[in-house]
Amino acid sequence: MNQLAQNFPSNMLVKKYASEIEAILAKYPFDQKRSAVMPMLYLAQRDGGFVTKQAMHEIGEVLEITATEVASIVGFYSLYYDEPAGKYRVQVCADLPCALRGADEFLQKLCQNLGIKVGETTPDGAVTVESVMCLAGCDKAPMFQVQGAGSANGDDYIAYHENQTVESAMAVVEALRAKK
Amino acid sequence: MTDAQPSYVLLRHRDIPTINQLDVYKANGGFAAFEKVVKTMQPGAVVDVVKASGLRGRGGAGFPTGMKWSFIDNKAFPHYVVANADESEPGTFKDREIMESNPFQFLEGLAICAFAVQANAAYVYLRGEFWQVAKILDQKIADMEAAGLLGDNLFGTKYSLRLYTHLGAGAYICGEETAMLESLEGKMGQPRLRPPFPPAVGLYGKPTIVNNVETLTNVPPILDKGADWFRTYGTPKSPGVKIFSLSGCVNKPGNYELPLGTTFRDLIYKYGGGVPGDRKVKAIMPAGASSSLIVATEQALDTAMDYESVPSVGAQLGSASVIVVDESISIDWLLNKTLHFFKHESCGKCTPCREGTYWMMHIAERIHHHEGTPEDVELLRTVAGQIKGKCFCALGEFSIEAVLTGLERFPEDFRIAVEARK
Repeated sequence: MNQLAQNFPSNMLVKKYASEIEAILAKYPFDQKRSAVMPMLYLAQRDGGFVTKQAMHEIGEVLEITATEVASIVGFYSLYYDEPAGKYRVQVCADLPCALRGADEFLQKLCQNLGIKVGETTPDGAVTVESVMCLAGCDKAPMFQVQGAGSANGDDYIAYHENQTVESAMAVVEALRAKK
Repeated sequence: MTDAQPSYVLLRHRDIPTINQLDVYKANGGFAAFEKVVKTMQPGAVVDVVKASGLRGRGGAGFPTGMKWSFIDNKAFPHYVVANADESEPGTFKDREIMESNPFQFLEGLAICAFAVQANAAYVYLRGEFWQVAKILDQKIADMEAAGLLGDNLFGTKYSLRLYTHLGAGAYICGEETAMLESLEGKMGQPRLRPPFPPAVGLYGKPTIVNNVETLTNVPPILDKGADWFRTYGTPKSPGVKIFSLSGCVNKPGNYELPLGTTFRDLIYKYGGGVPGDRKVKAIMPAGASSSLIVATEQALDTAMDYESVPSVGAQLGSASVIVVDESISIDWLLNKTLHFFKHESCGKCTPCREGTYWMMHIAERIHHHEGTPEDVELLRTVAGQIKGKCFCALGEFSIEAVLTGLERFPEDFRIAVEARK
């Protein structure tokens, strides 16, 4: 039995991901475990689409920090969520360089086609469309990333889709729906 | 230039598409520089070569790289190196291309830097959105370990080195080096008071060098071919090539590796294919959203893009993320965009930035939506002026560059916006 699993017998996150967590901890000095909080939050979030209170407690237990300190990390960084949304988050960059290449119109039309407003989730719960800040894909706008385990590009938790049209984006959405 | 000479120093995958494979990279001279420095050079001598090359930091500040390395505190150990792969400035997408397509040259540069400052561990801090890039780098690092290029007793010496990737989670501020170190320590990414600077007190309180991805990618060829070779590119004060990320209103946006000192006109027209619809260039932002707005006069278009020349037209070169704005764009719209960005990305640590970006965003939104008055334009100018010089780090200071220069250099756009008020 894995050493971590022995140390934290009632920790569900450890129970499920003991070897992943050991690999994460091995990246940092043994007395700087707190560095593992961000990769561990990704583990927890990939599991349920958002970080539960229980997961924050369990991460804190392993890293010897309080659940409040873990929650502060969830609150500070844009890519962590403490509430559920659609199974996949389609995050369109509408920042200045992308907007100069039509990203605002792209985002509006995509939402129209899906029958939702920016920030909303489709009625089947599959997709939430969001407007996000620069994704370093300015030369390939309109572009978006899909956040959510098992994207169109295999198993990448976050995958980029660039040089998009509303039609190609709808095809990506349909593929995500089919995976559901 | 003959066919035998490579055309790229950094974007070498454009000459050799499979250079992302270790055997191909090695067959083209890869890791010769790393092996040479570890086996035959003193760390201080490596620093001296980089100093002599005149390489300046490519992340935006343009600080001399060799000088930064020489500041490492040799009385405290362990040392760390952190590669800044947070690339979050709107308009910047160069480091991503390097890491995706020429990853070993970057990793070799990181390894040479680590040897030069006697660090045995180095981290690559990537923005969280670069999930796929991190996966590539993890694989390349594993390839290096399997080939004996990382680990203990490298090349039969006592030197050991390990590389690790670390993903952020969506926070522009983490590109600021001390915020990045806080984040890597598992905390909120808020900047530290400097001094002390990271070469004295950095990651885990230990001496640390933080360098941008592009900066590090310059290092292997410098050690391979020498400082004098490097200085054959660029200008005497800004030597070398630079990757210009060209975006916005241009026909061919993308990364262009060109000598420092290339003009805006050549970048936009010769390489970028000009402006869609043959519209005129109205403004140029040479350093992403953090830029001042350059009025695109003939003289400005003929200005050399290097660290010394760009200030002559009232801006900084920064990370060389050149956003082209054409005559169909109104500057009140543009400020509404950049201020939404800075308001979202302010870390909240210091009041001038946290409150200032919030209020600037609301005023700019009002003006852009034709709900503003002439007094609002003056209020925006006043708030920006009150932020100036009072922020804890550069984020807040950069948030006002486009505001102050936009109001000063394009007053007509704001006059029209407020006169359209219903």
